Amino acid sequence: MGEEFKIEIVNPERSFFSNEDVIEVVVPAFEGEMGILKDHISIISFLKPGIITIYSKSSEEKFFVEDGIVEFKNNNLSILTSSIFNLKDIDKNKILDLIKTTEEEIRQAEISDQAKYLADQKIEVLRSIN
Amino acid sequence: MASLDDLKKRIASVKSTQKITKAMKMVAAAKLRKAQESAEKGRPYSEKMNNIILNLSSGISDKENAPKLLSGTGNDKVHLCVVMTSDRGLCGGFNSNIIKKAKSYFAKLSEDGKELKIITVGSKGNDQLKRAYGDKIIANISFKESKHANYFDADKVGKMVIEKFGAEEFDVCTIFYNQFKNVITQIPQAQQIIPLNVENSEEDKSEDSYEFEPDEDEILSNLLPKNISTQIFKAMLENSASEQGSRMSAMDNATRNAGEMVDKLTIEYNRSRQAAITKELIEIISGAESL
Repeated sequence: MGEEFKIEIVNPERSFFSNEDVIEVVVPAFEGEMGILKDHISIISFLKPGIITIYSKSSEEKFFVEDGIVEFKNNNLSILTSSIFNLKDIDKNKILDLIKTTEEEIRQAEISDQAKYLADQKIEVLRSIN
Repeated sequence: MASLDDLKKRIASVKSTQKITKAMKMVAAAKLRKAQESAEKGRPYSEKMNNIILNLSSGISDKENAPKLLSGTGNDKVHLCVVMTSDRGLCGGFNSNIIKKAKSYFAKLSEDGKELKIITVGSKGNDQLKRAYGDKIIANISFKESKHANYFDADKVGKMVIEKFGAEEFDVCTIFYNQFKNVITQIPQAQQIIPLNVENSEEDKSEDSYEFEPDEDEILSNLLPKNISTQIFKAMLENSASEQGSRMSAMDNATRNAGEMVDKLTIEYNRSRQAAITKELIEIISGAESL
């Protein structure tokens, strides 16, 4: 048996990404970054804005997510998310746009503490990509 | 009997109608394929979402304090109905079927003395409902600009529903849409989304328990609002496939009817032309005989 397990990332519109031989996945879980290796205990958690990094034998891929749910079970990792980009595909202007709209969201008065925290996170991550 | 000229004009007009319906049918067929594809592609997400929620809710420790979206408000007085229809007409019984289903549900509600609130998605439903239930409609959303169903739109509806739920404007929420079975059959559906009906399928019920981080309650309260949007999105996908399917078969029928009509009119045209010729001949012959 190798060290690989399966990953599938789905968004509401389609199956976004899947790979059968990943070695490690690092997800930005709500309570801190979490690395998942083969034979991890079954877990359900949700994501805050951040970078998902997928290490497979041949490659390393990075995705930006805004939110989502991770489920790991029987060496199947499923990530459900409504907004995700491959870092390779995203261009600078788009990042700047996202930062701008998020900053506007924060400026609204009735924003809740949690939403503000998440928005701050998002901006931080986006800046770090840029 | 109509004159030859009139018949000719009618044949021409029916033929051009036929051309339009034929074109619409082809467009609907192409769109249907796309809509079906995206409905299929969207399925994994909602299935996984359902699974996780199932796992979570069976693992939830404290039923009393479960999130309201799951357990309900405890009341059953005010019903919110989200009626999802299309923005365009000429699609057979598609919209009327949903409306019919919704109306019979409304009638039952008012019989039981429940209060009713309606959100219509899609302008056709709004047009049909506002005559009888105009005072009950609290919002009308239409996505005329978006070319095909997308999650962003569904999320907008979902957020609105959740906001109203948070403000305790209703207790139970039901969505109405057409489920796509095949091109000829679409089944109008009423699906309750708040409180969520967790179907207890026994199959993969927690043989292996999950670790939750943070705890179940917090994940659930984060997940359930997303699930609402997901369900609405699923309904939108089903609806758009149904709409195109329904339009396709309606236009197919229309094209066929137009063809029959052209045939009938052509026969009539030929007959009356022949009759005119015969009449003239008789006149000539009898004229010659009388000489």
